[in-house]
Amino acid sequence: MNLDSLTQNNGEWLRGNGPEADIVISSRIRLARNLSSYPFSNRGSAHQKAEIETSLRDRLTRLDFMPRLEYLMLPGLSSIDRQLLVERQLISRELANTEGPRGVAVCPQETVSIMINEEDHLRLQVMRSGFALDEAWQDIDRLDDQIEQRVNYAFSEEFGYLTACPTNVGTGMRSSVMLHLPALVLTKQIEKVFRALQKINLAVRGLYGEGSRASGDFYQISNQVTLGKSETTILTEIREVIPQIISYERQARSTLTRESRQALHDRVRRAYGTLKNAMMMTSEETMDLLSSVRLGVNLGLIEDVSIPTVNELFIHTQPAHLQKLMGAALDGEERNAARARYLSSRLRENGPHLN
Amino acid sequence: MKCQSCEEPATVHVTNIVNGHKRESHLCKSCAEKQQFLKHQELNLSAILQTVIGQHIGPMTDELSRLTCPSCGIKYMEFKAGGRLGCPNDYRVFQSALEPLLEKIHRSRRHVGKVPPHATKNAARQAELMDFRNQLRQAVETEAYEEAARLRDLIRQKETADEPG
Repeated sequence: MNLDSLTQNNGEWLRGNGPEADIVISSRIRLARNLSSYPFSNRGSAHQKAEIETSLRDRLTRLDFMPRLEYLMLPGLSSIDRQLLVERQLISRELANTEGPRGVAVCPQETVSIMINEEDHLRLQVMRSGFALDEAWQDIDRLDDQIEQRVNYAFSEEFGYLTACPTNVGTGMRSSVMLHLPALVLTKQIEKVFRALQKINLAVRGLYGEGSRASGDFYQISNQVTLGKSETTILTEIREVIPQIISYERQARSTLTRESRQALHDRVRRAYGTLKNAMMMTSEETMDLLSSVRLGVNLGLIEDVSIPTVNELFIHTQPAHLQKLMGAALDGEERNAARARYLSSRLRENGPHLN
Repeated sequence: MKCQSCEEPATVHVTNIVNGHKRESHLCKSCAEKQQFLKHQELNLSAILQTVIGQHIGPMTDELSRLTCPSCGIKYMEFKAGGRLGCPNDYRVFQSALEPLLEKIHRSRRHVGKVPPHATKNAARQAELMDFRNQLRQAVETEAYEEAARLRDLIRQKETADEPG
């Protein structure tokens, strides 16, 4: 796989279509799996890890799963390439930053990724644009069955799929839906939503998962419990709560347009103007401003830029993507200048008509 | 933006609200650490997990704290410190300690849901394979190379027999 080509498209999760795509960015399911006759990654010797990597890589590339998976060995990649895969949500920060034999199998559409030698021997992931948990589950369930024909999973009848961390044991499944909730943030109701979700044992994380802050008003809602509930039950619990959050966000959007339309319009246009004209732009500020612009486009306050373009800018302005696009390694200051230039040129491609 | 305490770029931005008054601090990483702003943000999942595990180890006996997995060699105390188990067999070896912990994390002690169609049949042979691997590790450590070679061949043989399809 030519990693440079990744920057030329949006990948699955920022494709910008799919059900409820103005609010639901993507649906994602991951399964944690381990081989039954090896120690977990953190306890495996270098030799054992190499053995696991070789044998799993071999089996994964021979899967008759369509589309075909391509395998990338992490130690052979530059740190920018590893970071690029993190930014595209194909690998975790942990896989990017640890040492030793490890890799990822990816399909060209970027809907499937399988990490080898992360915290667990195997981390399967399926991603879908928009609100599509059921489709994601069907895909990953089938993929899991195919792998299991060739690999002996660590499984016990009592505890289910055995994982390195007891927080994942059982189904080994983490299913999450990524939402764009700018109006709930603006109307300061987001905390209320969090508290309600925590009561029903769902976790809320930022764009890049554990420990990351919710930049760009993106939030991932996911299950915490993996033991004692079936996959179907867990998926139903999430599937039932998402429409409620979507309707809160819609209510907040209509309140904003009704009660403070001018202030909202001003905010959106300022964001758009700053993105077009600034000379230096950090990635944090970019995320915040693009979030306002995305809201403005969805509410019809800006008409000369499309949602797929805004989505693309979210990912293209991330540090590794930006450096790939510029074709050079850049330090922080250089990146901020390059980011501002890139945003300005991309947004000026569109006409000057503001609604 | 520059750090308030030195000339480095500020990367840590803290907003404190005390009695309704907002106070913002902009600091570089090392000054923030000095002023202990960063400590609070490093509460990660494994730290929380360790606290939970810690609460359970309290009333436990010495026997448990010395318990070691024969397959991977991890001690229960090491799991307690690191938050990660060493191998699938640990779920059996540490079962009595893990169950209250699982209850706390998941409010359940038993799996409900998908069962892999193949794995269960091979459970016994997998445990055996793990034991051979463990013996192999010990043989290499004690430089018993003939024994190591024998075990290696045995493992290969068993693995090939195991391979489904």
